[in-house]
Amino acid sequence: MSVTYDKIQTTTLGSAQASVTFSAISGSYTDLVLISNVDITSAGASINIRFNSDTGNNYSYITIYGNGIAHATNKATNQNKSYIAAYVAPNTSLETVIVTNIQNYSNTTTNKTLISRSNRASASNSPGAEVLSGLWRNTSAITSITLAADSGNIDTGSTFTLYGIKAE
Amino acid sequence: MATYTLISSVTVGSGGAANIEFTSIPSTYTDLVLKLSGRSNRSATTEFLSINFNSSASNFSNIYLEATGTTVYSGSFAGYIGSIPAATATANTFGSFEIYIPNYAGSNSKSISSDSVSENNLNLAYSDLIAGLWSQTAAITSVKLVTNNASNFVQYSTAYLYGISNA
Repeated sequence: MSVTYDKIQTTTLGSAQASVTFSAISGSYTDLVLISNVDITSAGASINIRFNSDTGNNYSYITIYGNGIAHATNKATNQNKSYIAAYVAPNTSLETVIVTNIQNYSNTTTNKTLISRSNRASASNSPGAEVLSGLWRNTSAITSITLAADSGNIDTGSTFTLYGIKAE
Repeated sequence: MATYTLISSVTVGSGGAANIEFTSIPSTYTDLVLKLSGRSNRSATTEFLSINFNSSASNFSNIYLEATGTTVYSGSFAGYIGSIPAATATANTFGSFEIYIPNYAGSNSKSISSDSVSENNLNLAYSDLIAGLWSQTAAITSVKLVTNNASNFVQYSTAYLYGISNA
């Protein structure tokens, strides 16, 4: 038995930018965990995710959202991207925390799924909790991950850390 | 330094498996994490899974929050732990679970937190959040995942059981 939760790469943005990419991801782990602490420059937008630079309509997702008063769900199929959070507020002092699990990312047998939990940290922009379940219909091993905001840029100070869980 | 250590893993072979079980779990960790990538041969879009501890399906309770993209459900279904794609779901698509069991070796009742997804690009798929309880004081020494409709886990389904130590 061995310790198996390794940091692969971490990024803290020194300036606002359109996207963040983790590339050359080793296939030596079983699962990936991505911890994101994000705000954006626009008036509030989703954070999308693509694998291996695939922009085809090979993604789908389900969301659940609740704010203590009401709840909602949404689903989309045959999309050209999936998401890790449906809403991130533009607030540099109260960033949105997102925990994304991507399991069996390195096998070449199964399509790839993700489960992402996020808060909506802003008191003035629909605060609440959200779970987003995504699918990438591709059996290739995931070797790169690209994150971007649907509008605006990912803001200065946002951090992203990718961990690998190794089963050995 | 906290540690995240593989205890055991299961990869289902070509014949399928009626359940996935981990036995002889040592009590040397603080918490357990079970990660499942699973698919069933049930003749349906979805199969539902339950969890057993120490070879028992009794004394479980839970609250689930479940969504399909069009409807949100919440209720109680003892032992239910989430759903996976089945035979008529999109090919090669396996559901993902993360099941967290804190203080599994303690002498109090055992709580369970489970996140799961059976998303498969078809109209029917589920995303589940489950808060579960096993009202027994015994340390958990075995964990079994079973299908609710007597189907099998198909080949390439995998499960990894990790122990987390706070020491």
